[in-house]
Amino acid sequence: MSTMSYAQAACLALQEVMRADANVVALGEDLGRGGVFGQYRGLPQEFGPERIIDTPISEANIMGAAVGMALAGLRPVVEMRVIDFALCAMDEIINQAAKNRYMFGGQGRVPLVARMPIGIWSASAAQHSQSLEAWFAHMPGLVVVTPATPQDNYGLLKSSLASGDPVIYMEHKELWGVEGEVTAGVEVPLGKANVLCEGSDLTIVTWSRGVGVALEALSTKAFKGIRPEIIDLRTLWPWDRDAVFKSVAKTGRLLVVHEAVQVAGFGAEVAASAAEATGCKVRRLGSPRIPVGYAQVLENEARLSPAKIVAAAEALLKQ
Amino acid sequence: MNRLTELYRLMRRIRAFEDAAEIASQGGVAAWGLAAAAKPALVRGPLHLSTGQEAVAAGVCLNLVREDLLTSTHRGHGHTLAKGADPTKMMCELFGRASGYNKGKGGSMHIADFSVGMLGANGVVAAGIPIATGAAHALKIRKQPHIVACFFGDGAANRGPFLEGLNWAQVFKLPILFVCEDNRISATTPTGPMTAGEGVSARAQALAIPSIKVDGNDVEAVDAASKQLTAEIRAGGGPRFLHAVTYRFKGHVSVDPGTYRDPVEVAAALKLDPLIVARGKLLKQGISATAIDAIDTEAKDEIERALAVAEAAPWPDVASAYEDILDTGAGVWQ
Ligand SMILES: Cc1ncc(C[n+]2csc(CCOP(=O)(O)OP(=O)(O)O)c2C)c(N)n1
Repeated sequence: MSTMSYAQAACLALQEVMRADANVVALGEDLGRGGVFGQYRGLPQEFGPERIIDTPISEANIMGAAVGMALAGLRPVVEMRVIDFALCAMDEIINQAAKNRYMFGGQGRVPLVARMPIGIWSASAAQHSQSLEAWFAHMPGLVVVTPATPQDNYGLLKSSLASGDPVIYMEHKELWGVEGEVTAGVEVPLGKANVLCEGSDLTIVTWSRGVGVALEALSTKAFKGIRPEIIDLRTLWPWDRDAVFKSVAKTGRLLVVHEAVQVAGFGAEVAASAAEATGCKVRRLGSPRIPVGYAQVLENEARLSPAKIVAAAEALLKQ
Repeated sequence: MNRLTELYRLMRRIRAFEDAAEIASQGGVAAWGLAAAAKPALVRGPLHLSTGQEAVAAGVCLNLVREDLLTSTHRGHGHTLAKGADPTKMMCELFGRASGYNKGKGGSMHIADFSVGMLGANGVVAAGIPIATGAAHALKIRKQPHIVACFFGDGAANRGPFLEGLNWAQVFKLPILFVCEDNRISATTPTGPMTAGEGVSARAQALAIPSIKVDGNDVEAVDAASKQLTAEIRAGGGPRFLHAVTYRFKGHVSVDPGTYRDPVEVAAALKLDPLIVARGKLLKQGISATAIDAIDTEAKDEIERALAVAEAAPWPDVASAYEDILDTGAGVWQ
């Protein structure tokens, strides 16, 4: 076990898999210098430019080429830098990667991992701050992963690199520097949620950056007397219905928390499914339907906060 | 004022703006391995400086009129100022204040002044190219006698919209000047090894778009080429292409120390500072050092005043987070 950052944990996972499997390669802009967030640091030196591939600024082709590489026997890790730029490669993700196996009757497989960090990145404004996980969860053919901790970034990246179908792997831009204990070799399977604390009053389901904010809320005075069960979903597709349904069967109340815009967010899917399955009371907390503004006051409107979580939890308890 | 003096003055104003913004941004983002400062910087968030590239903005934009349109990149302060924007309102935007051009919503990377035809910096590489093409198409359809200047970096030429936009402009014979501001690097990656063939001019020529390649640190050369190309466009000649080779003096963003670059290359480039080159030419023309120094002081003073106003300017109101989002045609802007 050692202490490392969220970015270093991803490096470690990729390093282990690349050592074990010569077919794993990574491609994207600025990878030759270890990636702009240091999430490939050291890998160019160890694996060389044939396997850590520095590319032109060509998102559509980076993603499209990865589809071709996967069909021809490689297991590519695609680096989109931030999800906002993955929008330049939507055809390649949605029409090509996601559809391939089904549309061609299972002849081919596209086992790629597309890394596209989500979330608000302080003062980076509307085009560098989006959380678009719901877009991809909506799309048949894709696996969607949202690690919240260094340990999970290590474990989920390794599991994603064993996936048979394309994985949309969403790290969070503001988690890169977060440190935590990482034990190498610990498996974090896709589709398994993590129950972070047990409680009986309500269930809080969240993921990515929302996990840290929910835990922060738990430690505030305002939460005294309320005992929530907090679940980190970890994988949005396939998502761990069993864990969520089991919890809400006990608490009877579900609050879903995410940084993404609340309207048509993935929280709506979780809430509706849980209500259908168990008849529980539900509430969602996400961003208002506004682009992320540059000035701090505007950015804060779009951010999650412990206070917003406490308020939503109290409202749910009164429901 | 003679032409070179005018060009020099504009470059100096851009340099003063960039220098001031750079200082105001220190500690602003915890990226590039650096920790955020304890006290928030006045300019938060990514700040892409055009320091060293002023000759391109100045040389092109002095050949534009107010009604001409312009699209820019993430590195857009120079283009904005050169198109006629007010540095005070620009600085207010960089500081995230309500009195900024974007009401504090955009910051440096989205700086814009639509009132002078500057249709926006852009956070997405090459995204300005199709927009510029569409703006030029509109000018043509609406029979307006103006043109569009479309700035982009060398790295943008490897994205699909570059080909799509250039082809479109030529197919529809649009009034547009494409300006590749070639600082030879894209974030941390030298562009040369990532770009096949003879470079951007050759790509334009392959689509039969006439192209001129210039020393982008020689403001007179940029000015002369822009003068010719914009005249041809205004005469109905269709799109033209300017390839201006320059150098990015600073890191990719203001807090990036740029350690991935060869210090020898950087030192050599600093000697070719477009302001030093222009100053030398002015002296040769018989303009006195005192007169040039006065221009420098005037530019610095202008930006000092902008800084003072920006620092005292009000923050946006929280309610404005919900404005400029939805207009369903009922005449109510929300
Ligand atoms: C589509 C897209 N991909 C990647 C990025 C990240 N990025 C920002 S600036 C930049 C380099 C751009 O290089 P160039 O076009 O030469 O402009 P310069 O920064 O040198 O002015 C990159 C890769 C982006 N903003 N948009």
